[in-house]
Amino acid sequence: MKSLDDLKKIRDASQSKVTMRGKNVGTRILVGMATCGISAGARPVMNLFVEEIAKRDLNTVTVTPVGCIGECAIEPIVEVLQGEKRTTYCRVDEEVAKRIFNEHIIGGKVVNDNVIGKYRL
Amino acid sequence: MNERAHVLICSGSMCVSRGAKTLRDEFEEHLSRLGIRDEIKIVNTGCVGLCEQGPFVIVYPEGVFYSTVKNKDIKTICEEHLYKGRIVEKLVFDEAIDENHTVKAFDEIKFYAKQTRVAIRNCGLINPDDIEEYIAKDGYRGLGKALIEMKPIEVVEEMIASGLRGRGGGGFSTGIKWRFAYNNENDQKYIICNADEGDPGAFMDRALLEGDPHSILEGMMIGGYAIGADKGYIYVRIEYPTAIEKLKIAIAQAKEYGLLGKDIFGSGFNFDIEIRLGAGAFVCGEETALIASIEGGRGMSRNKPPFPAAKGLWGRPTIINNVETLANIPAILFQGAEWFSRIGTERSKGTKVFSLGGNIKNAGLVEVPMGTTLREVIYEIGGGIPKNKALKAVQTGGPSGGAIPESNLDLKIEYETLIEAGSMMGSGGMVVIDEDNCMVDICRFYLEFTVEESCGKCTPCREGTKKMLEMLEIISSGHGTLEDLDKLENLAHMVKNSSLCGLGQAAPNPILSMLDNFRDEFEAHVVDKKCPGGVCKPLINLYVQDNCIGCTKCATNCPVSCISGSLKEMHVIDNSACIKCGICKNVCPVDAIISV
Repeated sequence: MKSLDDLKKIRDASQSKVTMRGKNVGTRILVGMATCGISAGARPVMNLFVEEIAKRDLNTVTVTPVGCIGECAIEPIVEVLQGEKRTTYCRVDEEVAKRIFNEHIIGGKVVNDNVIGKYRL
Repeated sequence: MNERAHVLICSGSMCVSRGAKTLRDEFEEHLSRLGIRDEIKIVNTGCVGLCEQGPFVIVYPEGVFYSTVKNKDIKTICEEHLYKGRIVEKLVFDEAIDENHTVKAFDEIKFYAKQTRVAIRNCGLINPDDIEEYIAKDGYRGLGKALIEMKPIEVVEEMIASGLRGRGGGGFSTGIKWRFAYNNENDQKYIICNADEGDPGAFMDRALLEGDPHSILEGMMIGGYAIGADKGYIYVRIEYPTAIEKLKIAIAQAKEYGLLGKDIFGSGFNFDIEIRLGAGAFVCGEETALIASIEGGRGMSRNKPPFPAAKGLWGRPTIINNVETLANIPAILFQGAEWFSRIGTERSKGTKVFSLGGNIKNAGLVEVPMGTTLREVIYEIGGGIPKNKALKAVQTGGPSGGAIPESNLDLKIEYETLIEAGSMMGSGGMVVIDEDNCMVDICRFYLEFTVEESCGKCTPCREGTKKMLEMLEIISSGHGTLEDLDKLENLAHMVKNSSLCGLGQAAPNPILSMLDNFRDEFEAHVVDKKCPGGVCKPLINLYVQDNCIGCTKCATNCPVSCISGSLKEMHVIDNSACIKCGICKNVCPVDAIISV
């Protein structure tokens, strides 16, 4: 450790180790991971979100697996929560997941093709 | 692989003793079986504070707070929460679920929401074995700021301005103490961390050493730079094996990262830290005895002055700071004295960590701003007394402090107010005493401790504490007189005024404060020959009241078979044979047995 810059470098590089532990006020991606969701292929979808977030070092976005919300026929279901806004996507495969990430999470534009509902909580 | 969730397992000593040690293996096993081991990060943290409900597992990003987790629960948490995303409500800490079944995050629980965490800011949130997590939480930035931007005297002045006072009990200004050592020129000075925590019921320092050891190292380095010391010692008792292990890891990592050693941050400042193990003698918490012990001598105190800041370890200027004091220092340097002095009251700045114990629901580690009332700590954070019993008193300061009666519960916590109330801040033990306790018996307990721990160098302490204990034993056996109470009080004043060091000077405090606040209870022992708390065996008899349901539990558990009665009928205790062990009272499901 020869300078404050060295410390800052380690600090920045270590952020990913701890940012998850705190108040999570940013965007939350909820992936339906009940038996129906998993059998419809929700796991690779969830992993894709986790990897993309890490790749871009977005520390305000978290991924949470959630239970079944009832519409098992149109799984995998992914919900994006931004503040009070909730967008629900259905039949999300890896391709759609990539679009949701790039267009909605990064770009801020809802991917209308796969939306089943858009309403305030 | 990038993790989507963090599982934090509290691995403070309290949780380990409740079975937290094997939880990690269970997680490893079940997560691997489910094929999601790579997605989850498992972290063993230090104490999260709510020890009564441990062991804890906190799952992020949601911040779900699982309490009293057992090995068999891990399978459920893995399969339900981590695999399928369904929070296991029945394992979540009671107070974290509201009436709408919404699960609140960890920091929204009343126990935590009411606290202000400065010293224990990282405890339970970071992995103490990973220096990078400490650095990620702005660790070592206070040190960097001091070494690069400030002259030593400026650091001393910053500490004076912050108003930080010694958290070990004395309450002397840390900055002013540093200035003494700064002004005493010498080619070798030392800084010592006093981690010889010995009060019965106190575990603040242990939690800090185990949960955030780097904050202690950083505090020592800043102190070393300020006073001109390049060598530090941590004096820790051998009874804290986990703390010692964490400190060793922390020191090794700090050396590896160049944060300990030569030319730190390119500033030309060198610093090294060594651990010295104590055998666990209470008197070694007294600074001159501590120094004697490090020097290899017998742990005995000596006269002051000269104070250690002038003539300490091996005759060199030495600063001794308590663990909690040191943990505050990096935060003060990083965020500024001005920030710190806004917390707390006019006379007592900042926060204080207490280990809350005794008859309290949420026993554990709490940190509150100075000026918080005892009532807030006990009822709002601590959750009140179990079984809705009445509170009798709060004992602060351990064997050196006193008891504060219920009537004084709205007292704001400050160094001065506690002394005015006949107690003291001490290092932060806070024992809650309910109506079922006897004050004479509690005095006896503390005196037994001080008699055992007196080093024997000075007569008032060596003989005085022993005599006081004998007098208390006479009182609790029912053979005391009113005159004995006056004698006891006189002797207590004598020991207080003439003992050599803090141990003896403070040993009579429990007696004096309890005689002051609970004299009627002492008088009941000597005049009526009764123990109002129902504790002193020679003075009590056990009776079965008519709400007895005749379950026979008391009779089957009685070791001397002195309880008679048949099923579904009221039982009777034969007091001539009863040994007053109280087992019947404890096993009774309807609280029908009373001791008077």
